Amino acid sequence: MDRHSLISITWRRFLKNRLAVAGGVVVAALVLVAVLAPFISPYNPNDIDRRHILERPGISHLLGTDDLGRDVLSRMIWGARISLAVGFVAVGIATCIGILFGAFAGYYGGWTDRIITRFIDIMLTIPTFFLILTVIAFIGSSIWNIMIVIGLTSWMGVARLVRAEFLSLKERDFVTAARALGAGSLRIIFRHIMINSMAPVLVSAVLGIAGAVLLESSLSFLGIGVQPPTPTWGNILTLGKDNLEIAWWLSVFPGLAILITVLAYNLLGEGVRDSIDPRLWDSERR
Amino acid sequence: MLQYLLKRLAEMIPTLIGITLISFTIIHLAPGKPTDILTDFNPKITPEARERLEKYYGLDKPLIVQYGLWLKRIVKLDFGESFSTDRRPVLDKIWDRKQPLVDRRLFVTFMINVISMVVILLISIPIGITSATHRNSLYDKVMTTTVFVGFAMPSFWFALLLMLLFGISLGWLPISGLKSMNYSSLSAPGQALDRISHLVLPVFIASFGSLAGNSRYMRSSMLEVIRQDYITVARAKGLPEKVVVYRHALRNALLPLITLVGLSIPGLIGGSVILESIFGIPGMGQLLFMSVMTRDYPMIMCILTIGAVLTLVGNLLADIGYMIVDPRIRTHS
Amino acid sequence: MKKILIACVLLCVTVAACKGESGSRGKVLSGGANGGPAYGDTLVEGTIGEPSILIPMLAGDSASHSVAGMIFNGLVKYDTDLSVIGDLAESWDISKDGLVITFHLRKGVKWTDGVEFTSDDVMFGFNTIRDEKTPTAYKEDFLQVKKAEAPDRYTFKVTYDKPFAPALTSWGNLIILPKHLLAGKDITKTDFGRNPVGLGPYKLRKWTPGQDLVLDSNRDYFEGRPYIDRYVYRIIPDAATMFLELQAGGVDMMGLTPVQYTKQTDTEFFRRNFQKFRYPVFSYTHMAFNLKHPLFKDKRVRQAIAYAIDKSEIVDVVLFGLGSPATGPYVPNTWPYNPNVKKYPFDPEKAKQLLKEAGWADTDGDGILDKDGRPFRFTILTNMGNSLRMNTATIIQWRLAKIGIKVDIKALEWSTFVNEFIDKRRFEAVILGWSIGLDPDQYDIWHSSKTKEKEFNFVGYSNPEVDRLLEEGRRTFDIEKRKKAYFRIQEILAEDLPYIFLYVPDATPIVSARFKGIKPSPIGISYNLPKWYVPESLQKNRMEE
Repeated sequence: MDRHSLISITWRRFLKNRLAVAGGVVVAALVLVAVLAPFISPYNPNDIDRRHILERPGISHLLGTDDLGRDVLSRMIWGARISLAVGFVAVGIATCIGILFGAFAGYYGGWTDRIITRFIDIMLTIPTFFLILTVIAFIGSSIWNIMIVIGLTSWMGVARLVRAEFLSLKERDFVTAARALGAGSLRIIFRHIMINSMAPVLVSAVLGIAGAVLLESSLSFLGIGVQPPTPTWGNILTLGKDNLEIAWWLSVFPGLAILITVLAYNLLGEGVRDSIDPRLWDSERR
Repeated sequence: MLQYLLKRLAEMIPTLIGITLISFTIIHLAPGKPTDILTDFNPKITPEARERLEKYYGLDKPLIVQYGLWLKRIVKLDFGESFSTDRRPVLDKIWDRKQPLVDRRLFVTFMINVISMVVILLISIPIGITSATHRNSLYDKVMTTTVFVGFAMPSFWFALLLMLLFGISLGWLPISGLKSMNYSSLSAPGQALDRISHLVLPVFIASFGSLAGNSRYMRSSMLEVIRQDYITVARAKGLPEKVVVYRHALRNALLPLITLVGLSIPGLIGGSVILESIFGIPGMGQLLFMSVMTRDYPMIMCILTIGAVLTLVGNLLADIGYMIVDPRIRTHS
Repeated sequence: MKKILIACVLLCVTVAACKGESGSRGKVLSGGANGGPAYGDTLVEGTIGEPSILIPMLAGDSASHSVAGMIFNGLVKYDTDLSVIGDLAESWDISKDGLVITFHLRKGVKWTDGVEFTSDDVMFGFNTIRDEKTPTAYKEDFLQVKKAEAPDRYTFKVTYDKPFAPALTSWGNLIILPKHLLAGKDITKTDFGRNPVGLGPYKLRKWTPGQDLVLDSNRDYFEGRPYIDRYVYRIIPDAATMFLELQAGGVDMMGLTPVQYTKQTDTEFFRRNFQKFRYPVFSYTHMAFNLKHPLFKDKRVRQAIAYAIDKSEIVDVVLFGLGSPATGPYVPNTWPYNPNVKKYPFDPEKAKQLLKEAGWADTDGDGILDKDGRPFRFTILTNMGNSLRMNTATIIQWRLAKIGIKVDIKALEWSTFVNEFIDKRRFEAVILGWSIGLDPDQYDIWHSSKTKEKEFNFVGYSNPEVDRLLEEGRRTFDIEKRKKAYFRIQEILAEDLPYIFLYVPDATPIVSARFKGIKPSPIGISYNLPKWYVPESLQKNRMEE
């Protein structure tokens, strides 16, 4: 089976999974919103307006206003940027670290593998939220710090996946062939094996983004999230929590946004996994 | 079997050292020396006192030596004194012998996590199995969506909504804390009931968020097992589907889940920070948050260490569970 | 204790005052509510922070002071008309020159362990707070005393070498400690801070860390047994949770935020079941500049920032109108308050012009002013968990962005904030509040000699005329002379602007309607808490014995 038909089969299988497609559409829409934020946001998200404090959703403010009279819709739109950025950057960092560790452990085996596996085990045993909390509280909570810390504490899953893939792939014929042709270790790792182990990593990355979005909201709740005036869904929701009974729009919209986004990433991830996992093919439509 | 257990116990030690070393490094790389803060609470601290402190923490020595010193004290269970104004020994704050067992912070967090874990397993295993046996049915889709909604809801927000519903609108459950104001005037069963009613919402929130991971894992593991040859053989022999699923497939499908349980312990413990803050539960998570904010170094190190030990013990239990379910390991060792 | 930096908007009632306007009081509709005073029931007060230590002179947080105030008493206290009346002192004589005060103590007052309170205890507390090993921020007033004597068991005499205007009121501080329990011990190391023995209306029964502090009424309290048998200080770290507890009946009393006061409690349910109060507190919120920082050395820059900020907007938005703009370090309608000082009406154009005069212009076109290649950018620090200050900072940030100044905001945990940043002068600007005493002496805050580490003039303000006036104000008992000095100080501060005085907030506590006998006054509501009661028919929590 050549690569092209593999992709097209996977794609067709993916399209059959309606939940996953829905997830994909939501994610695509979000990316669009985030990119177009400056053009589609009806107001400046940081503009304070004393005449419109905690106003219900209406014609002029479609999703209402917050306790400083800022337009919630605009803040949600700009917040999508932060949520996406946190997710992508954090997961990007985690994925890079994970791939590196996983590839080296899986490819070289022996001591390298043992040390790296032990390190992964240790990291998996630390309640990472404790660690994130500690680090953010100590070094301060800028967007960048949050992204980096989340990234540095969530690479273990990827590393394990990549290691497992490598363990099985390195014995395959195409690797042996490459080696026989005189390709160096690094070249084999990055050119030959890596590409073949990308699929599970992709899935885990998609799920990781969802986790990062939730983490951001948790940090906001604890008061150590992104500092004002930057809007994030997490800090709008935290504001909503304090006005729960009089301003439902402050918690319902960001809450739903987080919910739907995380759900979308998860469904998308699951869908991708199901469609690229050949072991599940034969049981199709049983 | 005993040999295997001993081996696992021995393996825990380097892991524990690794964990504490990482925590120690992170905390001590942060700007500012710990004694800065302690001496700042006492404007007139004498130079001798400062020196004594520096000596106690060995701050003039390289990081690795400091860690060695710390480790030496920890072996004797000496976690030092809290930097906060009350200056109580750190262990006392986590395990306060003056309080009844059920009010000690470590016990509170431990109990909530154990109950949540049990609840998670009791719910996610059946969901996983039935989702697998009814793969792609409407039921499967509804369940998938439900557990993911649980995962995707920011827990503090969901908690508040439930408090509003059950605490205020319906008035069925208490909102926060561990016990009611009139607790001491209740009869023994009344007291037990009071405590349980205070745990309902926190446990629900803690479990609901973790259902997704476990039930999905159970589902895919079950799917994998069902495709195995021996299941096909069992079916071919004409065994009823129920027997095939529950007697033959389940046991093997449970194996990977046990590993996952071990892995999800750190998440549960970490989540206790949010849970305990919103429900006003005085456990370790809340204490950690306060200590982190006040840079109470001995307290933070102690909680991180205990959190790691709890996780390790959880993993060990998971391994034992693995052995019980999987005869291969039993005979192997 | 006066002059504490206030951390949270808790019930700062111990130092509160009022312009005589009592808040709206809830009507009580439930039947059988007309019973008279009766003993019994429990009052549960909600708090976000847990007290750290119950020895008042060692505590820096308002939660500790709040509880310690129930357990300890001073020699004197303020009456509801702001005059000074006796507390543990029955009476006192002041010498003609004002230099000697002789307190005549109440007889027969007992510590809750049964030992009689005497002048030895006053002397012990006095020596303790003056002891240089005692880590306290409140010793300044007592260092003014030249000589203290206890001629007999019920007399305590202090001599000052110079007239000291706040002398009498300083003895309202809760410094008295039981000598028989603490003599010879290091008070920072004893268990006393967690198991105090006092002589006030309530005594600590049980402190469950992280949950609550339960206090029982002191049946032998010298002013009579308090009606409410039990007072519980319940710790609920999340404000939203606490508000839900209030509605569910798990909390009887808490401080409301402005939005809770104006909007969330404006329902039939709250009108029927609760009574709300509102009075201005003796405190103000300000933005302080680090005057040693090159950005803020130039007075024109500080004035420009003042013009760029709309104080009435902050009062409207952040406080929902529950407060008033501040013009100086005193609160309106008190005798030292000078209403005719330089004000800074909102005028961004003027702000820009002043900045231009000071050399700030946007030369590189990035929207941020710069001078000598350095952009005008600074960080406002404030404490975590205070949404009022956070919102104030956000509004200031937005307003300053409009005139080309970029502001970052950072919220820090209280003790880290004070110890690491304020005390070490590591800040550019901060938003903070001062809780001020009834005596106008603010020597510690503005005098140029008080700028050392941990002292209260943390901005590094220095003005010889203010130094002189501060000295003048505290060294005379003549109220007209004092008034003149403090009026002038306010004029100078308004011109120099070491702080931008932002607003004077109102305290807005809410109490369950079943509690009767609450009499709002210029010093707040909880001054007569021992006289609050729940009529028998309304009692909710029966106490088991």
